[in-house]
Amino acid sequence: MSTITTEELSATTLLRFATAGSVDDGKSTLVGRLLHDSKSVLTDQLEAVEHASRNRGQDAPDLALLTDGLRAEREQGITIDVAYRYFATPRRRFILADTPGHVQYTRNMVTGASTAELTVILVDARNGVVEQTRRHAAIAALLRVPHVVLAVNKMDLVDYKEPVFAAIAEEFTAYALELGVPEITAIPISALAGDNVVDPSANMDWYGGPTFLEHLETVPVAHDLSHCHARLPVQYVIRPQTTEHPDYRGYAGQIAAGSFHVGEAVTVLPSGRASRVLAIDLLGEPVDVAWTTQSVTLLLEDDIDISRGDLIVPSKDAPATTQDIEATVCHVADQALTVGHRVLLKHGTRTVKAIVKDIPSRLTLDDLSLHPHPGQLVANDIGRVKIRTAEPLPVDSYSDSRRTGSFILIDPNDGTTLTAGMVGESFASPEPVKDESDDDGWDF
Amino acid sequence: MTTTVAQAEEGTGVPYALSHLDALESEAVHIFREVAGEFERPVILFSGGKDSIVMLHLALKAFAPAAVPFSLLHVDTGHNFPEVLEYRDRAVAQHGLRLHVASVQDYIDRGVLKERPDGTRNPLQTLPLTERIQAEKFDAVFGGGRRDEEKARAKERVFSLRDEFSQWDPRRQRPELWNLYNGRHAPGEHVRVFPLSNWTELDVWQYIAREGIELPQIYFAHEREVFKRSGMWLTAGEWGGPKDTETVEKRQVRYRTVGDMSCTGAVDSEAVTLEQVITEIAASRLTERGATRADDKMSEAAMEDRKREGYF
Repeated sequence: MSTITTEELSATTLLRFATAGSVDDGKSTLVGRLLHDSKSVLTDQLEAVEHASRNRGQDAPDLALLTDGLRAEREQGITIDVAYRYFATPRRRFILADTPGHVQYTRNMVTGASTAELTVILVDARNGVVEQTRRHAAIAALLRVPHVVLAVNKMDLVDYKEPVFAAIAEEFTAYALELGVPEITAIPISALAGDNVVDPSANMDWYGGPTFLEHLETVPVAHDLSHCHARLPVQYVIRPQTTEHPDYRGYAGQIAAGSFHVGEAVTVLPSGRASRVLAIDLLGEPVDVAWTTQSVTLLLEDDIDISRGDLIVPSKDAPATTQDIEATVCHVADQALTVGHRVLLKHGTRTVKAIVKDIPSRLTLDDLSLHPHPGQLVANDIGRVKIRTAEPLPVDSYSDSRRTGSFILIDPNDGTTLTAGMVGESFASPEPVKDESDDDGWDF
Repeated sequence: MTTTVAQAEEGTGVPYALSHLDALESEAVHIFREVAGEFERPVILFSGGKDSIVMLHLALKAFAPAAVPFSLLHVDTGHNFPEVLEYRDRAVAQHGLRLHVASVQDYIDRGVLKERPDGTRNPLQTLPLTERIQAEKFDAVFGGGRRDEEKARAKERVFSLRDEFSQWDPRRQRPELWNLYNGRHAPGEHVRVFPLSNWTELDVWQYIAREGIELPQIYFAHEREVFKRSGMWLTAGEWGGPKDTETVEKRQVRYRTVGDMSCTGAVDSEAVTLEQVITEIAASRLTERGATRADDKMSEAAMEDRKREGYF
């Protein structure tokens, strides 16, 4: 980090990415290696880890202690929750959602992937693509993470052989493409030895691609928004009512998708009232155009009734409003979700009452087969749900917009976040193949 | 691939990525506005340190040209740097804000809290803070905590529910999905909100430089009488330092964090401008807390334990 200049620092972009991997695939080692080799672990943190490792009678510093932050995690030697890590290179700044790999923590991978633009799926080169790899690929596809990296780890244990890597990469790519994962990059690495993580490997000269870090640094984070539906969920109405600003009435929010420009004809949902963008205020500065994910304040030409929870959209591109939502969901709470359950649904800035009308199917992530009418969804289950809302909502399909196509269900009694929802058709799943032995008992 | 600074192509309306500071700023503003929209009585914890100064700056931007719809709460340990208190009062006056002060000294004078043998008052802040939250019925409490500070904080949510005893239970945290923050809470409970969760120390300094935010002078190198304790340079003062065995010397130092004087150490520094501070931090091999906070070194889980009790 000492080589970064101030100018370089201010020109960087931000990449949010998430890791996934089975328990023994070496995920902690990869994260530790990445932080260590990019010089993001500072002396006092390393000393603390060395000290703690010695106290526990371990000879070498246990890099997993860098990431396992809670008492229970250290006691049990496992990661129980998503943790966020930060590091930087001269090219880019990174937010890493470090998610536990264990099967029972599918919900945590969903949490990490919901904000990620890239997901890293780790496999052990000796084992290749296993069930857990397929689950991770399915979740990445479901959450529509734009970039997926397959890190084939422990290449040192297969003598750095190209055919081993090629076979795994091919099998995974075929599977993930079928799921609808838009972009896959496979990289052969050894997290333990440091091959291709930060520095290119001398042991794999047959590999001509980027190192893991180089790929993270160069993967595009900009989106072509010209085809996106513009959406602004209204968070707050700014009305100073001061002598200086007696008539200022601005609709504040973070643009969820697309872009808005001054003069554009807009419609406010659910009321359907129309107006034009008079001005856009970008945190105190007037601008002509603003885009996702800028926090802005829109001023409209007409004085119409708009409040928190409304959605401002271009008049030529307004979504339909509906009270019947069909979605793919991941259940994230310990209490089950059942048909007839009365819940709150938060979509954008609007929270409405809702009822679970039907749970048509539950997904078996291993083979992507559908279990019909499971009756309920328990923690870590992924399934299809039909929901009736008390008020009409302007929802998009999740495949069009990760922000306005997503929602959460909340328990009205105790406020628990129950379920993560993605509106619309599910990902392109292969023909449902039902393995009878897998019928029951799968507990993600 | 060279997606650097935010820009839109004239006419086409094809937007590009935001710079990392713009992305962090936008996210923080979104968080402030969510709280303003969903809570009855939010308050910003304001210590006069750089993180809370940045929080206030972001809140001012989020609601401009209207006033910030929150009051401020300072937990006064009684061991504050005078420059910081002065800054606090100036900021409050300048922006027409309301300031609540919860005083640790009051609690000690009333015999409710007992001075610790080491003179450190940071752990004593928890009770005055949580009692004031209850008394004022604050339902959302903004803190400047960042996940890069400490590994227990790396697990902290942006919206973090605290029970009626203000306790944090890391195993019962709500998953946080997309940017759909869940602020539901029962009467008596409150939500701690961390708009700077995703910022690093360097981000904070770069943002201060970019926005031209004024800071208390103790953040820049100056001559100061200090003495060494547990490997840190502490400022001599009425709080109980130096002891007979400790010698005071004059050094050129600055502070990386500002907390209670008894446990906040200074670092040797030549940095007198923001630019120099940023260069110094980018080159540092020590974390901010590792370099300057004694209270975090008490045990492996010191932060987690204090957070469980209601510390911020």
